[in-house]
Amino acid sequence: MESTEQPRSISGSMQSPRSPSLQPYLSVSVTDPVKLGNGVQAYISYRVITKTNLPEYQGPEKIVIRRYSDFVWLRDRLFEKYKGIFIPPLPEKSAVEKFRFSAEFIEMRRAALDIFVNRIALHPELQHSEDLRTFLQADEETMDRFRFQETGIFKKPADLMQMFRDVQSKVSDAVLGKEKPVEETTAAYEKLKHYIFELENHLAEAQKHAYRLVKRHRELGQSLLDFGKAVKLLGACEGEPTGKAFSDLGTKSELLSIKLQKEAQQVLMNFEEPLKDYVRYVQSIKATIAERGTAFKQHCELAETTKLKEINLDKLMLTRSDKVGEAEIEYREIKAESEEATRRFERIVTRMEEEIVRFQEQKTEEMGVAFHQFAKGQARLACSIADAWKSLLPKLEASSAV
Amino acid sequence: MMGSENADGFEETNLNAQRDVMENLDLGVDGDAGGDNPLKKSVVNGDTSNSGYRSAMSTLSNVRDPLSPPPTVMIPADSDPLLAPPSSYEDFRSFGSKPISSDNSYIEPPSYADVIFSPFDENSDSEINGAEDSSLHSQFSDSLSRSPSSSSSDYIKITVSNPQKEQETSNSIVGGNTYITYQITTRTNLPEFDGPSDFSVRRRFRDVVTLADRLAESYRGFCIPPRPDKSVVESQVMQKQEFVEQRRVALEKYLRRLSAHPVIRNSDELKVFLQKQGKLPLQMSTDVASRMLDGAVKLPKQLFGEGGASAVPVHEVVQPAKGGRDLLRLFKELRQSVSNDWGGSKPPVVEEDREFLEKKEKMHDLEQQIINASQQAESLVKAQQDMGETMGELGLAFIKLTKFENEEATSNAQRIRPNDMKNLATAAVKASRFYRELNSQTVKHLDTLHEYLGMMMAVQGAFADRSSALLTVQTLLSELPSLQQRVEKLEAASSKVFGGDKSRIRKIEELKETIKVTEDAKNVAIREYERIKENNRSEVERLEKERRADFMNMMKGFVVNQVGYAEKMGNVWAKVAEESSQYDIEKQSS
Repeated sequence: MESTEQPRSISGSMQSPRSPSLQPYLSVSVTDPVKLGNGVQAYISYRVITKTNLPEYQGPEKIVIRRYSDFVWLRDRLFEKYKGIFIPPLPEKSAVEKFRFSAEFIEMRRAALDIFVNRIALHPELQHSEDLRTFLQADEETMDRFRFQETGIFKKPADLMQMFRDVQSKVSDAVLGKEKPVEETTAAYEKLKHYIFELENHLAEAQKHAYRLVKRHRELGQSLLDFGKAVKLLGACEGEPTGKAFSDLGTKSELLSIKLQKEAQQVLMNFEEPLKDYVRYVQSIKATIAERGTAFKQHCELAETTKLKEINLDKLMLTRSDKVGEAEIEYREIKAESEEATRRFERIVTRMEEEIVRFQEQKTEEMGVAFHQFAKGQARLACSIADAWKSLLPKLEASSAV
Repeated sequence: MMGSENADGFEETNLNAQRDVMENLDLGVDGDAGGDNPLKKSVVNGDTSNSGYRSAMSTLSNVRDPLSPPPTVMIPADSDPLLAPPSSYEDFRSFGSKPISSDNSYIEPPSYADVIFSPFDENSDSEINGAEDSSLHSQFSDSLSRSPSSSSSDYIKITVSNPQKEQETSNSIVGGNTYITYQITTRTNLPEFDGPSDFSVRRRFRDVVTLADRLAESYRGFCIPPRPDKSVVESQVMQKQEFVEQRRVALEKYLRRLSAHPVIRNSDELKVFLQKQGKLPLQMSTDVASRMLDGAVKLPKQLFGEGGASAVPVHEVVQPAKGGRDLLRLFKELRQSVSNDWGGSKPPVVEEDREFLEKKEKMHDLEQQIINASQQAESLVKAQQDMGETMGELGLAFIKLTKFENEEATSNAQRIRPNDMKNLATAAVKASRFYRELNSQTVKHLDTLHEYLGMMMAVQGAFADRSSALLTVQTLLSELPSLQQRVEKLEAASSKVFGGDKSRIRKIEELKETIKVTEDAKNVAIREYERIKENNRSEVERLEKERRADFMNMMKGFVVNQVGYAEKMGNVWAKVAEESSQYDIEKQSS
């Protein structure tokens, strides 16, 4: 498979690596999927090509081989380290599809992984991540080692899903208001949570219909093919001029069937897939919201504990107890922790505020592209259908005049 | 050619024989066909032998006595109407309960009923639709009307409507069965119906079966459109209302096809069916059992082959052997067909068979392909329908999403995209509507394939008529030699006896009589066979032409339709693409 450009535009300050420029750039592409291994062990490996002029990197170009679980590793690390940031989503690890290894599936996965990495590379904070550098540069053995190390500490995807679900229920409890007051209750935050949860529902429904529409394209294509064949056979039974007319009709029908199958694939890749991608994105945001909830809880709890310690300390100081020293140390420690927790929480809040703006802009742009492509595709399809049928008309006229 | 020179003799023989047997043999057309009817001469068809035959029949029919009143009595239509009829019939519901309408200003043409019968049925008047109905008729006018042979100068338009439940009276305490009748309205300017007129009758399905059977008898060799099924099973399974509606539609289609056939539209049977008020005066098809009984009475005589009285009446030869009365004939013809199969004696009538068989083969192939094409047409229609539905659902989902985003939007930037999405959503909904419209048109066009499936059956029927006529001829032909042989044997034996052998001589005479009758029958049968062959030929030719024309129209209509809607959809989507061109990545790539 040739190396391809990103199918969707990602606006950003990155310029083509070929243009001579002093501006910092980091451009990544995921290419050349290759099937390795056998049977149950089979997996796909990708070539990841990095072109950059950033000093932190080992040179202008680097090529490494990565597999899906490496991407998962990167996502998990970023999630842990950059709380509050909406980590870009990964395509599902579909165990069933993998066995089929259809060319379309492989291409779609490759494209999704490419988008994933590029989103990270374009993110003002994430792009400086050390883990990203490791991912883009480490040799395969190092990468394997990292990956195996982390599976112990870090949750596997299945566990992550469970975590998401737990978080989801906690957060929805909060939304439903049946929670103890260890959750934020600011109106703005409530609105955000509500928005995200509802958005997921709407996007999921749109995606469902988009997927069905792909199927309908395929079905219509198939029925046109069958109809064309049947009509040709019928024409063979009939004498002229009807026979020839049927034959032409059948041929056209078969031709249009091919166009419909092609369009089906386009709709799948350029319309349904982006919608699915954004559903995943929203789910990732939900995980971030869960993190925020945890951070808030910690901040609250530690703040309370600190207060208690302070009160205790004051009490001890008043009674001139000999435990004051100990208590003071404890108090300072707790206070430091509490402040740290508060900082963590506040950083999450700040990040999220920026992230939501970024997210909306990105969504607007990427969805806009997807919709535009869909409309263009449908327009092209309709026009070619009209033209194809139209070209038959003079022949039909001529035949019936006989 | 045999046909023309014997035409007169044929007619004469026919008339004589028929007059004798008319009361016994229940051939189709009878007394209602109207008084002085010069119109009986079928002007439309060019089949001269047929018209001679038909006019002979009609002359006879004038001799008949009017029928006695029918055993069934119709309950006034306003009591016990059918369950909620389909909405378009609501107007008729009230109509049905109106009293005898004599207040309309529409002048009825003299119907045949008026000439011969007094309207004995109090409902008949109310069913003679007046002008008040004509506006409602247009509701039922089938926009599909594809009578290919109707020119603008003459037309006949039949509508079936207003199904109602009625009850047979019977002597039993339990009461009779209920059945459904349908109103059959004809609007025509054909001269055969006395100029431009509107008239209505009520018929039940059984009447339609009768009509079909009588037509099959009278028009052997013709491609007669097949009648709707009896489908007893369906009537149990489906909802009553649905079933009745389905049947109504099927009846309408059937009658329209009949009236589109250039020969059958002028048939007495059809005219009677459409015009005769009250009970349909065509002989009902009796079930096989009773005809078996009929035949059983005659059977002993037939089996013993005694004399001319028991010989097969000449005209009966004309009809194919049916059950019951024709048991003997059936046996004989079966034996003959077996011997044919085994390559037995080949009578000279078989010569053209190869060409005919080729034709039959071709027709069979054609039928298979039409079946196949019509199945694929159905899936195409389904696929278009599904596409439309899903497109619509997609549009709605995006409308909801748009609304949601707009509500939540906190900045203008956010608001811009919802509008993009809204354009897409409205386009999708529009496209969905277009698919629906496209589809309903597609159905109408591709329905032609279904229609011709019906006609294929008609062709099979016509071919079957020919085959059975041929079988009759061959049976008779093969009988003659054996009869001849017996005579010769008896003559040889009798000549040895001095002074003649009285009993043998008598037998010889009887046999000679039988031979003569059989000879006559054979000649009639051959003429009939030739007639049917000619009908076959002209019908198949006519059908081929019609089919070609209809198929060409179908294709044109289908293609024009596809072009039209594809262009509409293309425009809608192109506009959306235009309005969102800022997102065109091809323009954006730097």
